Amino acid sequence: MSAAADTTTAPGAAGESDFLQVNNLRMYFPVTEGILIQRKVAEVKAVDGISFTMHKGETLGLVGESGCGKTTTGRCILQLEKITSGEILYDGQNVAKLNKSALSEYRQKVQVIFQDPFSSLNPRMKIGEILAEPMRVHGIIPDARKRDERVMELLNICGLSTRFADRYPHEMSGGQRQRVGIARALSVNPEFIVCDEAVSALDVSIQAQVINLLEDLRDEFGLTYLFISHDLSVVRHICHRVAVMYLGNMVELATCDELFDNPIHPYTRALLDAVPIPDPTVESAREHKIVTGEIPSPMNPPPGCVFHPRCELAVDSCKQAVPEFREVKPNHWVACTEV
Amino acid sequence: MTAADVTSVSEIDELRSQKTFIEKSADMFRKQPLGAVGFFVVLAMIIMAIFANYLAPYDPTLNDFAAMLIAPGADYWLGTDQFGRDIMSRLIYGARTALFVGFAASFVGATCGLVLGVMSAYFGGTFDLIFQRIMDVFMSFPLIIMALAIVSIFGPSTQNVIIAITIPFIPRCARVVRSNALAIREIPYVDAARALGFGHARIILRHMAPNVMAPFLIMLTSFVGQAILTEASLSYLGLGVQEPTPAWGLMLQGGAEEYIESEPWIAIFPGVAISLAVFGFNLFGDSVRDVLDPRLRTQ
Repeated sequence: MSAAADTTTAPGAAGESDFLQVNNLRMYFPVTEGILIQRKVAEVKAVDGISFTMHKGETLGLVGESGCGKTTTGRCILQLEKITSGEILYDGQNVAKLNKSALSEYRQKVQVIFQDPFSSLNPRMKIGEILAEPMRVHGIIPDARKRDERVMELLNICGLSTRFADRYPHEMSGGQRQRVGIARALSVNPEFIVCDEAVSALDVSIQAQVINLLEDLRDEFGLTYLFISHDLSVVRHICHRVAVMYLGNMVELATCDELFDNPIHPYTRALLDAVPIPDPTVESAREHKIVTGEIPSPMNPPPGCVFHPRCELAVDSCKQAVPEFREVKPNHWVACTEV
Repeated sequence: MTAADVTSVSEIDELRSQKTFIEKSADMFRKQPLGAVGFFVVLAMIIMAIFANYLAPYDPTLNDFAAMLIAPGADYWLGTDQFGRDIMSRLIYGARTALFVGFAASFVGATCGLVLGVMSAYFGGTFDLIFQRIMDVFMSFPLIIMALAIVSIFGPSTQNVIIAITIPFIPRCARVVRSNALAIREIPYVDAARALGFGHARIILRHMAPNVMAPFLIMLTSFVGQAILTEASLSYLGLGVQEPTPAWGLMLQGGAEEYIESEPWIAIFPGVAISLAVFGFNLFGDSVRDVLDPRLRTQ
């Protein structure tokens, strides 16, 4: 399990200053039994040793099927989970070892936009309060009147009318709430935003608007996004580089065009092949490479390469040796020995 | 973009809220007739308690030895007791004692339970485990036994009765609130609050506690009836409110022991008052639960 872990240089865009560096991140959730004395009976290996770097202003897409650990990766970076092992360096600082004041600063720099716009806003607070609270708590704008002005400005930036400041979340539509979620993330003037399936819960037409908004904000404020999604077309549109995850492991990482045009890992190929083509004649004529079998349980992942039970290229050695995450082409990293 | 369009949903909401308070209340009473009965009993008690000075025909503590053990009649509507005190006046002032103890104990108990229950759910892990076991210990005593034990430690007085009833309420409310708060903790707005770097106290009090208000209100209303009954029981046993303060449990005790055969009205009227009050609060509490429950299910 530690073959890929030994690489000291994490894969990323060469020559760029490393803004965020994730080294060999592991997040295991214990499965416990017993009422009084809890015993650990198993572990869910949600993220099992992934490494990557990001530079400032970049958007990295994180794709993969449900349960592959992409959301957990985002939550680890946000320090919402206590990581099992590995390290996350932000501007060279290990984020797991920040003291209270440094963590508070880090929380202002790193923000999140959640998937579900209906549950990510406190239903008992007005929009104005939701947006003003972070500024008050962190003392960004101590003056109440100036804070209200900033709330109006944030609403405008996110394409909402200032009238919404007096509304409650239940009085708004999904798209409008998602804009409030974005405005809340911007309220602390962050540098880095984890977009956790930020557009997946929205209608397609609203999705396009929110994506455009995210792009505009990225250009205007120089934001860096970790864009977690399962929607490949959205990822292709917004991301500079894309990482593919499977069962807690990163299987491929490349620039966006490179990954979509020349996928190397058999899982990435199958994933891209599963995207339907919006022309029924072409779609029915084409042959699908369907991945056989079920995704294994992350409580008991297969030894060796985690993809080998479902892989068409698998050979005997795949069952024992963990494939190294290697750079097969410049800036194109793959965890597979057979390509 | 969508800045210009107005959400039709919010407009409908505005229209809906234009119904007057009286119309809304009438709607509610039509749907919850028993709740309305309970509500009026509660309301009558509150009026009695507040305006006791004006409503009571006699001084409730005045001993009039010329008018002892008079049967209900024109002068004394509900009769007098063995010290010549007017029973109706004592009942009216007794409502003040009952409500004071009932509201104070249930409000303090439920609020402490709310905060502790949310805390337990928020911190989770070992804290939650240990805290819940401590709550189990408190819960294992029946309400009245626990209250008796506490009163016998502190000594009988109105203030100590309130403390004695408050303490067993805390784990009962904390338990119910915790189970709701556990679900709230998993909702992304709590994660968002954590990601924004808010302190634990802010997340517990501002973000989680207001969202478990429905079970809190249900517990609160059901506690008032229980608290009134427990106070009456303690007073009956001589461990609660002390003479000469008018309290229903005390009146019952004074009348039941010696005079139940010859002058039954001394015991009957406070008994009826206790039953009616508890009945009223329970009916009201039940209908509050019924009104709030659908929201609990959808949340």
